[in-house]
Amino acid sequence: MSMQNIRAFMPRQDLIAFLVLAVVIFIAMPLAMDIFRLNLVGKYLTYAFVAVGLVLCWGYGGILSLGQGVFFGLGGYCMAMFLKLESSTPEATAIQSTPGIPDFMDWNQITEIPWFWEPFHSLPLALIAVLIVPTIFAYIIGVAMFKRRVGGVYFAIITQAVASILTILIIGQQGYTGGVNGITDLRTLLGWDIRSDSAKYVLYFVNGILLFACLLFAQYVRKSKLGRILLAMREREDRVRFTGYDVSNFKIFVFCLGAAFSAIGGAMFTLQVGFMSPSFVGIVPSIEMVIFCAVGGRMSIIGAVYGTLVVNWAKTSFSESFPELWLFAMGALFIGVVMAFPSGLAGLYRNHVGPFIEKSYKRLRLSYENYRKPDNLVTSD
Amino acid sequence: MFSDYSTAELLSIFAMQGFAGLILFSVFVLMALGLAIIFGQMGVINMAHGEFMILGAYVTYLISNLFSEYMPALFSMYFFLAMIVAFFVTGALGAFVEWAMIRHLYKRPLDTLLATWGLSLILQQTYRTVFGAREVGVSLPDWLMGSVPLTDIIEIPINGLFVMGLTLIISVAVYLLMYKSQFGGQVRAVVQNRPMAGAVGINTEKTDRFTFALGCGIAGIAGSAFTMVGSTGPTAGQLYIVDTFLVVVFGGAQSLLGTIASAFTISQAQSTMEFFLSGSMAKVLTLLVVVGILMLRPQGLFALKIRH
Repeated sequence: MSMQNIRAFMPRQDLIAFLVLAVVIFIAMPLAMDIFRLNLVGKYLTYAFVAVGLVLCWGYGGILSLGQGVFFGLGGYCMAMFLKLESSTPEATAIQSTPGIPDFMDWNQITEIPWFWEPFHSLPLALIAVLIVPTIFAYIIGVAMFKRRVGGVYFAIITQAVASILTILIIGQQGYTGGVNGITDLRTLLGWDIRSDSAKYVLYFVNGILLFACLLFAQYVRKSKLGRILLAMREREDRVRFTGYDVSNFKIFVFCLGAAFSAIGGAMFTLQVGFMSPSFVGIVPSIEMVIFCAVGGRMSIIGAVYGTLVVNWAKTSFSESFPELWLFAMGALFIGVVMAFPSGLAGLYRNHVGPFIEKSYKRLRLSYENYRKPDNLVTSD
Repeated sequence: MFSDYSTAELLSIFAMQGFAGLILFSVFVLMALGLAIIFGQMGVINMAHGEFMILGAYVTYLISNLFSEYMPALFSMYFFLAMIVAFFVTGALGAFVEWAMIRHLYKRPLDTLLATWGLSLILQQTYRTVFGAREVGVSLPDWLMGSVPLTDIIEIPINGLFVMGLTLIISVAVYLLMYKSQFGGQVRAVVQNRPMAGAVGINTEKTDRFTFALGCGIAGIAGSAFTMVGSTGPTAGQLYIVDTFLVVVFGGAQSLLGTIASAFTISQAQSTMEFFLSGSMAKVLTLLVVVGILMLRPQGLFALKIRH
């Protein structure tokens, strides 16, 4: 990569934004917070994976998916299934009528591990499943919808229906999925206790590094030709098609990418929080993830991370002190962001904070230069 | 799964489940009619439609309490007044929402979806604050209680029959309004070609507002009818919204006939399967089939040709 390529991939302003975010996530937060709060931030950051994926899908591609919780959940469940099998050793589950299987299966009179649980005995297979299962699922939905030129609100409604179907399915089949409680009581990863404070620190940093990997990939997509095609598609789909591009393939790709990001987030959620349940799969969580992205700015991948942090932080502190006000605040947030700030925090920064910093920086530099000018120096003969 | 039952039993199971399905069908149709008008005619996704319906249900609840408190003699007739008030209250709220919110977002349909979702959250919390988190039910007047025995196994509840009759009347009224009245003509003209409709002197903004208010008003009536067959809670609307959207999309967004046909198919499939499978699996299967068909035929069952 030549210097010029690097500059095209990461202009100075983006570089600063990345660096600031890195300082916030890797230095400021861990220094300022105890492990309980840091673990909470780590949980919020797992939603940021979804929000970053939504920036590409929705902000760039114009595809609004109201079912991202499906992919977040699938990734999380793949991870949780591995952890559950590991903690369900015959010794640990000796009191069950069938030792060696997860406790909820035992409660539901299931006596052997179902076939689709078998691959999750192995960590490599489970990690591959975290990425592959949601991506293939997204690919199937994407091919079925985009090849037939279904988009816009129809796509939004159908993804919402998919989220609803998956939630009902998970809750209904509790013998295989843990039902409404989800898969709980996850303790170790290859013998490593994930509930200890040191493990939480390690997982927080792993989560941050993975998030930055996704952010860099998203940045690459944004700055590549693909990003331009996505934008063009969002604006005038027909013209892009007439120019000879197969629009549906680009849409399928970006939808799958968003799904893969979400799945990584889901898996990291399971590791950091220690359980996975259908309450992160359904309609309500999925549409909340869209609002994280909208608050941050639907065109800004870095903004999406801040948006996720701000909304979740507000949610936690609101629901602690005024639980009944939270839904009002959330509703107002949806309406306000859409009607008054369609470009979110990133737009506020770009239009108000950014120019202010730029101006102060210039003024500072000017006064510094004036100071350095030889004729300003007091000289005595 | 059929082998455990005799033919006569199977028939009466289908008849009973079919009737339960008809009640579900009526609620679907009433909700979907309002949604189909708003979505089909205006292209606006109203995620708060369920909450408009619940508003109608709460209005009915209030009025039934009012009657039993002050006018017990007239209690048997409260429902008719409640329905009319519900229609106008939700319609007025709808007109206000259109004026304050929706009209600024016509160019951005996906954003309307998010904004109306926000509205639905606010309405839900309002209901919770005002009426409490617990579900409330109305007491039915005497003439709506009981059931009509058809054979010795099959019994038909009267409130179900009443809701079905109501659905029929409202559907016919909506049909007449949309296809035989001047207002309907204007609405359809605006849908088919907005600039031309404006050019021939139709006030398109006013038409939009009335259409939206009408859709919401019908949701209010749906809520009124809903109190006859179930109890009302702050989040009851959300339970139905995805199903109703699928009904509208499945039927073909611009077609009222399609909406009714798809409401019929979905509700019958769901309630018949519910008897043999668990409720949740019946719902999963129904929704899966609908989504599957929509993938093959995205324009829905009955599609109207429109020039964009």
